[in-house]
Amino acid sequence: MSKESGVKAGKGQHMLDVRGLRKVYEGHGRHVEAVRDLTFSLDAGELVCLVGPSGCGKTTLLKCIAGLLEPTSGEVLLQGDRITGPPPGMAVVFQEYGRSLFPWLRVRDNVELPLRQKKHLTKARRRELVEHALHAVGLEDAAGAYPWQLSGGMQQRVAIARAVAYEPEVLLMDEPFAAVDAQTRADLEDLIRRLWQELGVTVLFVTHDIDEAVYLGERVVILSSSPTVVQEQLTIDLPAERDQLHTRADPRFTELRTRVYEQIQAAKRATGALPLQKTDTDADTVPPAAAPGHKA
Amino acid sequence: MTETPVTSVKTAVPGARRPGPGNALLGLAGLGGFLALAEAVPRLGLVSPDYLPPASTIAVALVGEMSDAAFWTALGDTLTGWALGLLIATVAGVATGVLITVVPYLREATASTVEFLRPIPSVALIPLAVLLFGTDLRSTLLLVVYAAFWQVLVQVLYGVQDLDPVAEETARSYGLGTWARIRHVLWPTALPYVMTGVRLAAAVALVLAITAELIIGTPGLGSRIAVAQTSHAVPDMYALVAVTGLIGVLINLGARAVERRSLAWHQSVRGEVTT
Repeated sequence: MSKESGVKAGKGQHMLDVRGLRKVYEGHGRHVEAVRDLTFSLDAGELVCLVGPSGCGKTTLLKCIAGLLEPTSGEVLLQGDRITGPPPGMAVVFQEYGRSLFPWLRVRDNVELPLRQKKHLTKARRRELVEHALHAVGLEDAAGAYPWQLSGGMQQRVAIARAVAYEPEVLLMDEPFAAVDAQTRADLEDLIRRLWQELGVTVLFVTHDIDEAVYLGERVVILSSSPTVVQEQLTIDLPAERDQLHTRADPRFTELRTRVYEQIQAAKRATGALPLQKTDTDADTVPPAAAPGHKA
Repeated sequence: MTETPVTSVKTAVPGARRPGPGNALLGLAGLGGFLALAEAVPRLGLVSPDYLPPASTIAVALVGEMSDAAFWTALGDTLTGWALGLLIATVAGVATGVLITVVPYLREATASTVEFLRPIPSVALIPLAVLLFGTDLRSTLLLVVYAAFWQVLVQVLYGVQDLDPVAEETARSYGLGTWARIRHVLWPTALPYVMTGVRLAAAVALVLAITAELIIGTPGLGSRIAVAQTSHAVPDMYALVAVTGLIGVLINLGARAVERRSLAWHQSVRGEVTT
């Protein structure tokens, strides 16, 4: 079991390790292999975006990492400790902010509720964390409101504040901005970059939006279609200071997004066939049935 | 406006209380018309005043009842049976409902039994109540609790089904244990249903409390009605019936007020809010 306030990952040890993860849904005579064989890792303080075609099992993967779902085989390690249930050092921001926030609690109480499970925190400390987190997302004025009195973008910021106040080592985000409008989305992306830089937290950001993945990430992990494997990993060598206007106009940005786009297209074409890593030659010649365990 | 949470961000629209002053006036007019009719029908000889005294006679009898200490004792007995029975039924219904939901497979295992026991009319238990407790308050309680319990239980079972998987996963990911999830997620989710259940149960409990007093003779307004009937005090009988009706109205108003206050966050109360 990982300790409450665990030490930061040491040398040679990753913050988050996903090893040979496989998830098969069984039931009602159906057998669905959502995730086939996923291996990747995050170093401490990294911001990694996970992108893949729709229906490729991103949410399944995220739930396995969050300890909400038991993998069929393989394992997920947080600072070297195997995850068997939701670990204390991890916070999740869900896409459906409207359902993830509790409508019967005011904003302040929504943010505080998880902290009340951490028994070592005093009431004063909890209040301090809540105030600080709401300030960090620019919502200190909305502390007394109910979530449903706020706009969608503000609600998602409350959810982010709740995660920030929890002081996680790893922050998981499951397509958090898929349901907000483009303008709000850009603001929220910049908010995440800023929080990541200020807090030094490790972030795994799941999205289906290629531009968003390239804009946000230090690294992009591209997943194949279901049954899912890692299609490619791409380091995003854009400057650390990013802004919506200049970064997106950067030729390197265009180059990278084209690269990710091509990989996702290749992943879609290879559906059912042996998913390839680093190359997409011969993708169509491999018979679907003859897909043995594949190691790159 | 006073009980609506007002914030600087966006003001909630106070909905749910549509009936304006015009409607209230119409309601009063309707009631006045009804009383006038009740006054006129026996006076015109359409119905014998022996069976239906004029409204004014009943009103006089009501004033007479209210100056009698025995009336207040009976009222107290009825309300005690009603409140105590409702309380027991609510606590038992909520506890059973949560337990059935939280323990795996228990719901499936109990569903058929619940469906069998629930339709049994509480009044069918009158012989059993007499056998067990005679004309004691406990006889009233047995009938009241049996009738009200199912109302609450069924609503709790509906309510917990309304649990949002995303809310549940959020709570789990933030390390809320079983008890904390029941307390902070399951209970608030089920609360609107519980409130409905208690409101329905409150009405049913009153019916059963009066029934028990009337049939079994346990102390209360019901037995006082029976006494008035057998002693041919017809205006008093009507006055007492009117009192039970008034209690019913007050109970419903009270239940709705409690519902509005405790569910200010719920969409059924908060009205239209743009998101």
